[in-house]
Amino acid sequence: MKLKHLIPLVIFLVIAGFLAYGLSLDPRKVPSPLIGKPAPQFELPSLLEPGKTVSTQDYRGQVWLLNVWATWCVSCRQEHGLLVDVSRNLDIPLVGLDYKDEAEPAKQWLQRLGNPYQVVAFDADGMVGIDWGVYGTPETYLIDKQGIIRFKQIGPITPQILRDTILPMVQHLEESA
Amino acid sequence: MKYWLTLLLGLYALVAQAGIEVHKFSSPAVENDYKELVAELRCLVCQNQNLADSNADLAVDLRNQVFKMLEEGKSKQEILDYMVARYGDFVLYRPPLDKATALLWLGPAIILLFGMLGAFLFIRNHRLSPDDQDEESGNTAP
Repeated sequence: MKLKHLIPLVIFLVIAGFLAYGLSLDPRKVPSPLIGKPAPQFELPSLLEPGKTVSTQDYRGQVWLLNVWATWCVSCRQEHGLLVDVSRNLDIPLVGLDYKDEAEPAKQWLQRLGNPYQVVAFDADGMVGIDWGVYGTPETYLIDKQGIIRFKQIGPITPQILRDTILPMVQHLEESA
Repeated sequence: MKYWLTLLLGLYALVAQAGIEVHKFSSPAVENDYKELVAELRCLVCQNQNLADSNADLAVDLRNQVFKMLEEGKSKQEILDYMVARYGDFVLYRPPLDKATALLWLGPAIILLFGMLGAFLFIRNHRLSPDDQDEESGNTAP
């Protein structure tokens, strides 16, 4: 057999290799350009305390988590139980951002399923969501003391991600100045 | 038959109308810029559609945002920068040429070169084979 008869096979293997690699990637995971950048500022009405506002300024100098959720978001519900559990032993603020939602169903949701959030900012028209590059709820951001976004989770947090990634990062960021 | 068809098409037009938001552009130039931008920005929810084609909630919001920024007098580049700052190069259907996208941009040219090389070799071998000897005299070499 001549060597050149192997050429189609080689081309096939190369293409198959690329395709196999492509299949193993998650197309939903778009790398966020905001990692390592200052968190976009916002000031929004508080969902649960009428007349009050929630501002990113309130968290300057602290490590904190922002969780983007909505009542229309199916996987947020899946994540919610974990958040409720976590919030009991969490020593940093967990702030909720209720994204493109309606106030009444959102309040009922928190009443029925428990409220893991220190405060919930109400982003009715989704403009803050656009500033933060939200495209698929739930999304969770970890912000450091200088107000820099350190980590972004797209999709529900799992116990594994929490244990192996988020909590160690929180501890590390808490210890640094 | 014709009657029914007309009625059916008429009903379809009603349905199609429902999903379209109407923008009042201040000038045809702005409208043109708008059309170009929503055609080359990718919808992040349904990733194989651009903003113009997508009916996802976020796409509607982003279209409105593009419209608002254009009417505020922002340039096309400013709007593209605004989107890239939030969603990364991924929102661009024509990402900038850099290390990560080099293969994407140069790949087709490389494949074309290989193809041309293959074709060249094939033609040359073919020419030199004995059965084509008489044919060759009639051709001028490239």
